Amino acid sequence: MRYGMAVDTNKCVGCSDCVVACQTENNVPLGYARDWIVETVDGTYPNLFLELRSERCNHCDNTPCVRVCPTGASFIGDGGIIKVKPNKCIGCAACIESCPYDARYMHPNGYVDKCTFCDHRLAEGLDTACVSVCPTKCLYFGDVDDPNSEISILLANNKHKTLIPEAGTKPQLFYIV
Amino acid sequence: MKTNRREFIKISSIGAGGIILSSPLINLLGKPEEHKDEKRAKRYPTYCEVCFWKCAGWVYTNEEKGEEKIWKIIGNEDDLHSNGRFCPRGTGGVGMYYDEDRLKTPLIRVEKDGVQSFKEATWDEALDLIAKRLKEVAKEYTPECIAMFSHGSGGKFFSNVLKAMGSVSISAPSYAQCRGPREVAFIATYGKGIGSPEPTDIKNTKCLVLIGSHIGENMHNGQVQEMSDAIDDGASIITVDPRYSTAASKSKFWLPIKPATDIALLLAWMHVIINEELYDKEYVEKYTFGFEQLKAHVKSKTPEWAYTITKIKPDVIRKTAHEMASASPAVIIHPGRHVTWYGDDTQRLRAVAILNALLGSWGRRGGFYNPEGIKLKKMPRPDYPKPKRTWRDAHPDQYRLAGLALSSGMCDATIPSPDKDCSYKAWIINGTNLITTLPDQKNTIEALNNLEFVVVIDTMPVDITGYADVVLPECTYLERYDMLRTSKHREPSIALRMPAAKPKYNSKPAWWMAKELANKMGLGDYVPYEKVEEMLDWQLKEYGSSLKEMQKIGVKKIDRKYDDLYLLNGQEYEFKTNTGKIELYSTALEREGFDAMPNYTAHPEPPADFYRLNYGRAPMHTFTRTVNNPNLSDLMEENKLWVNPKVAKKYDLEKDQEIWLENQDGIVSSFAIKVRITQRIGMDSVYMVHGFGGTANKLKRAYGRGGADSELITNVMHDPIMGGTGMRGNFVKFIKNNPHV
Repeated sequence: MRYGMAVDTNKCVGCSDCVVACQTENNVPLGYARDWIVETVDGTYPNLFLELRSERCNHCDNTPCVRVCPTGASFIGDGGIIKVKPNKCIGCAACIESCPYDARYMHPNGYVDKCTFCDHRLAEGLDTACVSVCPTKCLYFGDVDDPNSEISILLANNKHKTLIPEAGTKPQLFYIV
Repeated sequence: MKTNRREFIKISSIGAGGIILSSPLINLLGKPEEHKDEKRAKRYPTYCEVCFWKCAGWVYTNEEKGEEKIWKIIGNEDDLHSNGRFCPRGTGGVGMYYDEDRLKTPLIRVEKDGVQSFKEATWDEALDLIAKRLKEVAKEYTPECIAMFSHGSGGKFFSNVLKAMGSVSISAPSYAQCRGPREVAFIATYGKGIGSPEPTDIKNTKCLVLIGSHIGENMHNGQVQEMSDAIDDGASIITVDPRYSTAASKSKFWLPIKPATDIALLLAWMHVIINEELYDKEYVEKYTFGFEQLKAHVKSKTPEWAYTITKIKPDVIRKTAHEMASASPAVIIHPGRHVTWYGDDTQRLRAVAILNALLGSWGRRGGFYNPEGIKLKKMPRPDYPKPKRTWRDAHPDQYRLAGLALSSGMCDATIPSPDKDCSYKAWIINGTNLITTLPDQKNTIEALNNLEFVVVIDTMPVDITGYADVVLPECTYLERYDMLRTSKHREPSIALRMPAAKPKYNSKPAWWMAKELANKMGLGDYVPYEKVEEMLDWQLKEYGSSLKEMQKIGVKKIDRKYDDLYLLNGQEYEFKTNTGKIELYSTALEREGFDAMPNYTAHPEPPADFYRLNYGRAPMHTFTRTVNNPNLSDLMEENKLWVNPKVAKKYDLEKDQEIWLENQDGIVSSFAIKVRITQRIGMDSVYMVHGFGGTANKLKRAYGRGGADSELITNVMHDPIMGGTGMRGNFVKFIKNNPHV
């Protein structure tokens, strides 16, 4: 069992619904976010290419954030979900520094916070908040270890990439291009 | 008696400002937030009021410290508008409720020592004053001299009172400032307008053609969802837009057209489709009128002719015409929504309607489906008095094909002139910030200055509230009942909005305000219920449901009465046009003295050093309605001016540099806007998202943030057919030093 997420950039319109749905679902204070939208534009008018994508923690297999954590607050949970135990976090921010994706932020309450793949919802058999709200259905979540899962089939049949693969973190967030 | 000049009161002049509480989400004990539990949460049905798409969903509340608090809003799975998925604005709708800048109590304009300000009032004081002043206006002039502007669900309750008084001058700016031309064009062609939500069968289409319509940036929910489904199914998208929109980036063909030349492109497409005999012959023969005239009309409109006008290469015009034809009839030349651009908009939309007819897409799978809705019975009430004058008399002998009241026409008719014997004397404004909605702000303000009495009903202290004599604070849609939603769709449905929380502050629902007002005016018989719940329950029971049932399910889907979702597959059909056919050649337009078939006319070009001002939507905002919403302004707190890198270089503009704009009439923007240097826009225009740069200083997050396209739209090109206000003929130049110091 290994959770992963795929984002179909051919469908994403960059509306930020995933961002606001995560904020309300998870009580993320305004001004902070666990997921966000990136827009890249290549080319010169009128020969252009635009990519819009929803980004968040990559829930990497090789996790600098967990390795640098001095207290064990950052840990690898079930299904490879990278989590933070707020009560063990001393707010040293070493994990924030180590993350190539800038996916962690310092919660105003003094601990580091990040995407949890909405594991509280997964436990109820629900999709993550971002997946369940996305109007374009460009977000896919599932078990990448299971070759018959929707996400595995999707990745097997579509050209995809990961972000900053050269960091060697083995990210589990895939972008269909 | 003439009132003094109506001074714009910034609502800051009310007593002590509210205390800014730190976010309730932050506790200082360092204790992590517990996850809220959906199972322990309560949920209440609603339909969204953040835009006009009116998606139905659920408002979840949770108990916090013994108090029930609104937590989140998600879509209702049974709702065809949202399919269970709300857009960012609907999801962020919680911010409408939590916004601490909301209007909190009724306000009455007072004057002391020559200075006008608002004083806080009780509901009785405010409503008594409104009743008294409206009666005085009705007596001194006529009831017909009272007008209403509404773009909110609560408007229905106030329009009932107005009709009971004897006026039917009730308008929504969504007509003459937005979708009116397409309605008139489609009625002229098919005998039927488009309506909302648009009955475009996008999820089944093979080819979607967008002309200036930026689906994905305009977040019309069901439509965005279906465009994504169409992409999944391999449909091709053709986008015509001078800007590289989000939709353009998803398109097989992006045609970066020279602005204001769309009709030339549409005529050339018709030329190719007719000349190469790619049209749906059977359909055209069976259902249409005027094909031979159209054929002759577009004979000379070759792609080569159009190239010189549009800058779109002839082979691209041909290829895209072939693309559409090969998808026919599963093709949609999308009618768009905000279509008031250049004043010949009805004719442009006629060209869109005709092209759809040639390709046989109207009434066909993958084209336009035939929507069905239900009509609910209304509780018995006395008949309304018959008005002697209507909104049509605001512009005698003009715009006879307008199907609905023109906000701009009623605004213009408020300014006294020798040729009008009764201008409007009082306005009731509900849920629309007319200052930014109507073009030519000076004109709007002049009209306001000529009024005897102005009432504004809103949830937020937006710009227009500053011109009111009385401001009534409406509670948000999350705190109130409204009329049932019965809009047409693939299947009919009913949706309920009910309160998920008690009204905050001293705000009230519109139904209550209107009922109290009616009572005070002696018109209580027209509101035949004590509480709106009685009326809703009565309507629902007449239909075989009940308020109790709807409170549980939120949305009731109803089977179609007729099996005619796609109605033009060879069946006999009589269209509601003069000829009973789809009119490629419009007899109605001809009769009114207009071109029976669309013609291209050249529009003015920006002078040297000026750029065409284009404007549009961002997915997380609905005009000024959302710019102060804490959740949505967190996603986008200001707009920026899109400028092509070459243009930026010419004027030495830098990324995020704050600049001001001056338009062709010498109007200078009030606030600075930051520059966004991007390849996504061409060299002849600039672009900004509409709704920002507001002057209402009680909106803490929005005041002065970004630029307002609306204050720079002073050149208004009126559509001679239906009175739409074309707003895309304004040109701006850059001012680098603050002109206001």
